[in-house]
Amino acid sequence: MGNSMTTDPIIHLNGIWYSYPGEQPVLKNLDFQVFKGDRIGLLAPNGSGKTTLFHVIMGLLPIAEGSIRIFGRKIESEKDFVWVRRKIGLLFQDADDQLFSPTVLDDVAFGPLNMGKSKKEALAVSRRVLSFLGLSSFEDRITFKLSGGEKKLVSLATILSMDPEVLLLDEPLNGLDNKTRTKLMDILKTIGVSYVVISHDIDFLIDATDSIYTLKDGRIEKDTTVYVHSHDHAHMMGHVPHQHE
Amino acid sequence: MLNEPFSIGNSFIHRTDPRLRLISAFVYSIVVAVLYGFPSLIASVGFSFALVRVAGLNGKAVLKRLALINGFVLLFWLILPFTAGGNILYSLGPLNIYETGVFLALQITLKSNAIIMAFIALVSTMNFSTLGHALNSLRLPQKFVFLFVLTYRYIFVIEQEYKKIWRSIKVRGFFPKTTIHCYKTYAYMIGMIFVKASARADRVYRAMLCRGFDGSFYTLAEYPSSGKNRLFLCLIFFCTFSIIFLEIVFHG
Repeated sequence: MGNSMTTDPIIHLNGIWYSYPGEQPVLKNLDFQVFKGDRIGLLAPNGSGKTTLFHVIMGLLPIAEGSIRIFGRKIESEKDFVWVRRKIGLLFQDADDQLFSPTVLDDVAFGPLNMGKSKKEALAVSRRVLSFLGLSSFEDRITFKLSGGEKKLVSLATILSMDPEVLLLDEPLNGLDNKTRTKLMDILKTIGVSYVVISHDIDFLIDATDSIYTLKDGRIEKDTTVYVHSHDHAHMMGHVPHQHE
Repeated sequence: MLNEPFSIGNSFIHRTDPRLRLISAFVYSIVVAVLYGFPSLIASVGFSFALVRVAGLNGKAVLKRLALINGFVLLFWLILPFTAGGNILYSLGPLNIYETGVFLALQITLKSNAIIMAFIALVSTMNFSTLGHALNSLRLPQKFVFLFVLTYRYIFVIEQEYKKIWRSIKVRGFFPKTTIHCYKTYAYMIGMIFVKASARADRVYRAMLCRGFDGSFYTLAEYPSSGKNRLFLCLIFFCTFSIIFLEIVFHG
């Protein structure tokens, strides 16, 4: 958790208003702060504006009112957001939206090349990220032929290759099997950057984040109290007496 | 996702500088488009076919694309031979088949096949970012390149949305009939394709923005200026000039 006394927040939203054209506002006077080292979970119903919030931070949706400060810098123009996008990596909900190059290596190198890295540097950083994620053998795979889980991991690679300081993860576990889930959790734990993650999976949030927020009536509400409780669960051979880790 | 089956390969053509390939395809297709003589036309079809072979492309996939073009060409065959006038080649009851018409249709067939095959071999063997990069470095206006490349890119998206919707229509037992229900379904489908494709295009563009896309294209592919590039250029020019020569000799 961050320490607001000594350091500035790395993401600082103040009084943000956003509404989609012709609709009621989704974000209403929203305040949000992320400090270095924060691991924040966002748990809120569908349509409450979580994805909108992420897109506002990245400058993909223009806000009607409010101020955005990233790493202490006031962000106003598109040019400022170009700078923001180098610092913050957004993992889209649908990996199909994120991958568009023919091969995995092309796609992972797309960001670094746009950032002005030379071909050699871009290749080096892409290969490093792929190997960190255990995807070294994927370099020449065709992106649209990957499985759902592989697509998600490659999407993560395309963001990590830009060396972001904060990650915004939009439902990263969606549609992943247990094995890929565990892999993604392990990656998040070892990655060492701050992140905000949207998820509907409370177990995951308890495990992977330090504080859980929710969005209500267009505003962020802190909900960090975790209540211990039990609930039913189902799996094969459940009738046989057994224990869980 | 993006389907560029021909861009994957490691043939002599794949390894040639994409700018050279673009210019060659452009010049070559202009030359072929203005040919009249059959010797030169047949030679150009042969040369284009050779290019496809050198590129080592999947014959079936190439034929599929050619079939598409020849579907349009078929329309010419249905009209031109019967309407051109001049010498009658053959009388079919009340219909006359004219010599000029048959020749014209034949010319169109040969020309279009030669040009399409050359483009398949030379241009569709590069992926879209390489194509954008090549067009950029040929000093075409950036806005034009951007428009062109993204159009090319999103055609696949529209196709994909179409397939998705069509699948969902099919699994619910739809069968095309001449009913208002059927027309309505088609209308919904077409409308939905554009709505969905535009929404997806929006999301992909946002993802590109997030990764620092600013309108310029970079490519990882290396195309060192080598003897191979010069060899390619010599080959293309030699063949193009031979075709022009044939044209002048037999049709001059």
